[in-house]
Amino acid sequence: MKLRIEKSPAPVWFRPLIPLLAILFTILITSVLVILVGANPFHAFYYFLIDPLSSRVSFIEVLVKSTPLLLTGAAVTFAFVGGFWNIGAEGQMLMGATAATAIGIHMHAAPPWVAIPLMLAGGFAAGMAWVLIPALMRVKLHIDEVVTTLLLNAVALLIVSAILNGPWRDPVSQWPQSPEIAASAIFPKLIPRTRLHLGFLIALAVILIVWFILTRTPFGLKMKAVGLGPQAARFAGINVDRTLLISALVSGGIAGLAGVNEVAGIHYHLIDAIAGGQGYTGIIVATLGGLNAWGVTLAAFFIGLIDTGSQTVSRALGVPIYLGDVIQATLLLTTLAFLLFQRYRIRIR
Amino acid sequence: MTESISPPAVEMRGIVKRFGPVIANNHVDFTLEQGEIHALLGENGAGKTTLMRILYGLYHPDAGEIRIKGQPVVIHSPKDAIAHGIGMVTQHFALAAPLTVAENVVLGYTDGFRLDLPAASQKVLDAARRFGIEVDPNARVKDLSVGQRQRVEILKALYRQADVLILDEPTAVLTPQEVEQLFEGLRRMQSQGLSVVFISHKLHEVMAITDRVTVLRQGEVIGTVRTQETTPAELARMMVGRPTFGVSKPDTSPRDDVLLRLEKVAALDSRGLPAVKDVTLHVRAGEILGLAGVSGNGQRELAQVLEGVRRCTGGYIVANGHDITNAGPRKVMAAGVGRIPEDRHESVVLDLTVAQNMALEHLDAYTRGGVLDKKRMRAHAEQLIEAYQIKARPDDPIRTLSGGNMQKVILARVLERNPSVIIVAQPTRGLDVGATEYVHQKLVEQRERGAAILLISEDLDEILTLSDRVAVMYEGEIMGIVPPDVDLETLGLLMSGVRIANEPENTEAA
Ligand SMILES: Nc1ncnc2c1ncn2[C@@H]1O[C@H](COP(=O)(O)OP(=O)(O)O)[C@@H](O)[C@H]1O
Ligand SMILES: [Mg+2]
Repeated sequence: MKLRIEKSPAPVWFRPLIPLLAILFTILITSVLVILVGANPFHAFYYFLIDPLSSRVSFIEVLVKSTPLLLTGAAVTFAFVGGFWNIGAEGQMLMGATAATAIGIHMHAAPPWVAIPLMLAGGFAAGMAWVLIPALMRVKLHIDEVVTTLLLNAVALLIVSAILNGPWRDPVSQWPQSPEIAASAIFPKLIPRTRLHLGFLIALAVILIVWFILTRTPFGLKMKAVGLGPQAARFAGINVDRTLLISALVSGGIAGLAGVNEVAGIHYHLIDAIAGGQGYTGIIVATLGGLNAWGVTLAAFFIGLIDTGSQTVSRALGVPIYLGDVIQATLLLTTLAFLLFQRYRIRIR
Repeated sequence: MTESISPPAVEMRGIVKRFGPVIANNHVDFTLEQGEIHALLGENGAGKTTLMRILYGLYHPDAGEIRIKGQPVVIHSPKDAIAHGIGMVTQHFALAAPLTVAENVVLGYTDGFRLDLPAASQKVLDAARRFGIEVDPNARVKDLSVGQRQRVEILKALYRQADVLILDEPTAVLTPQEVEQLFEGLRRMQSQGLSVVFISHKLHEVMAITDRVTVLRQGEVIGTVRTQETTPAELARMMVGRPTFGVSKPDTSPRDDVLLRLEKVAALDSRGLPAVKDVTLHVRAGEILGLAGVSGNGQRELAQVLEGVRRCTGGYIVANGHDITNAGPRKVMAAGVGRIPEDRHESVVLDLTVAQNMALEHLDAYTRGGVLDKKRMRAHAEQLIEAYQIKARPDDPIRTLSGGNMQKVILARVLERNPSVIIVAQPTRGLDVGATEYVHQKLVEQRERGAAILLISEDLDEILTLSDRVAVMYEGEIMGIVPPDVDLETLGLLMSGVRIANEPENTEAA
């Protein structure tokens, strides 16, 4: 018997199965870890995947956890489809959060319908500004954006921490955290006495808009052409540089909104852990979601589920809370591996 | 050399290799004497690379036998080939960029488990000295120029004790100075007793460096000649053969109005060297002007300039009364120029669908109120699929189409707009006979409709059958313009860079 790897595209029916297979494989692989820490993998995955959905409170918590992931997932998707490998959603999110805070703390006199749109616009603009430099460097100087966007994440974090340890340091507690934003700038709750807030609806709206642009507008088609075949796109008369630039800026803007969401919906002030890796998780969400809006929605809920579950599971079974992170990282790797099956087949002869 | 009693370094007999319907090598005989530099000459697709990949164990022949120094051998893999003293430098280098030259050379060829790098470095230096190949063994490959990387590849082969060296189009990536250095190195190796197979389609290089030439054409050996006893013109003629096509163009004669005018057009290639020099051409309505020439003489760059994707560094271009010099693809298309480029992958996005690719050049026409009119795109695709007999559905990704059907998609996209000027390059490369005939038929129809067509092709048969006039390009310049019934002798001379006296394009411009 001989195994051969051949280049040949997967049949169409196989493609939707790829994320499912990746999830299945991830569960198998991480079960080994669960066993190693002395827990029963069936119990563990019950708490991860089923238990959070079984009560209203925890189900709403899943939605709360999914909200920023919907946004960062949409941000990364938008960039990746357009051929701009934005690894900097984390930094753009931090900048969006900073801008939202800067606006929010001055909104004491403004009504919500002024304060909230202002914060959204400010966060969007800040995210855009943060991706502008790598985007220009890519377009004008052909400098790889994977590196530049990634490095700027660290820069963003340092800036935030400088602000929090300097001008915005809490004068009373001396904690590195900003003053609270005005009450009128806080996202209203969708369901009283839960954490589910306006940001969830905003995230769904963004997903809808991304879906519309990517699938229903000529610009979306141009983005795909540029992302999939820049040479051919240029030949067809598409302005490749402009398209790349816009994809990058919109992506950065959406990531900025994720930052606004965390400030106005959850924390009400700026802390340096405000992004907490959710910009990076956006890459997992976008990849697992197959770079389309509905896939991203499902993927965001799935990761939100695991996030919620990892707290339950560590409480119930005493496994480290990091298991959730391990599962997410494994999921990214298995998804990438399974994506190869779109292009290759293994033949046994 | 040939007179010596020693058996040939390599003998290949009756080699057959098929790729599906394509016969890449059809009963090829090839003999490499010890100590000679032997050219394998032929147009793109003639089967040169295939033959040498078989010798190097990368492909397995369907039939035929190989002898090395008189001994019959079976070569399963490059490992076997290396063991038989054969080394090959391919068109794509296989070097690890972050590693040093010495590390690259010894990589995968170390004795035992220990890696004694200083010793390896010394051995590499010795080999480099012996063959006069200048390269610093401690330099990192990523810092080297393309020419230097090629030298590393050659060193790699020599380090593995190769006494037969295969070079697949080694000069394609080199500057003229680097070519000279390469040739010096090859002569040194020859004087040390190495045998070299030199693959090329550049006649002057073959004339300059080789002892014998074997010409391949469409997978068959046309002949083997001594370089001293032949001429570039004879080699060109052997490479291109004679017309054999079924399609014929009707006897309508071109009209007088010039629809495409190139005046002293110049352009650089991707390395920044001059590739197109002062090209002046006028194409009239209802005319096919064929642009012939051995590949790599600036045709590709000229086509890209006309398509609007390469900068024109001198002169100007007028299409249909519009100045399209450096105008970019959109304005070129708006001027009524249809473009069918050499590399199909340059003009379609492989992962988009047939319908999307058919609409891509004119998305405005499929947009209503800012929204893509998908129904219209689909209907449009269905209509073209029907009209051009394309075997595909509108939603199939272009990637899944055969070469012929992909070319039909491009043809349909261009021709449906009734362009008054058509730039078409290598339109039938890699297509089967049926698809080739179809493409030719369509081009002739466009000529009758009154389009001005510039047909760039390395396939002389194609050019001679379809063209009203034939311009020949050599090293970026037009050597002359001749009627399609010109004798092959003259054509061969033009293609090898001999300019003949004929009325320049300017006089007929009036
Ligand atoms: N791996 C392959 N699969 C299918 N067809 C191939 C492959 N390699 C070469 N061919 C075909 O075989 C013919 C000869 O190709 P090649 O040997 O590369 O020509 P050359 O090197 O003379 O340009 C061409 O028609 C080419 O398309
Ligand atoms: Mg070749």
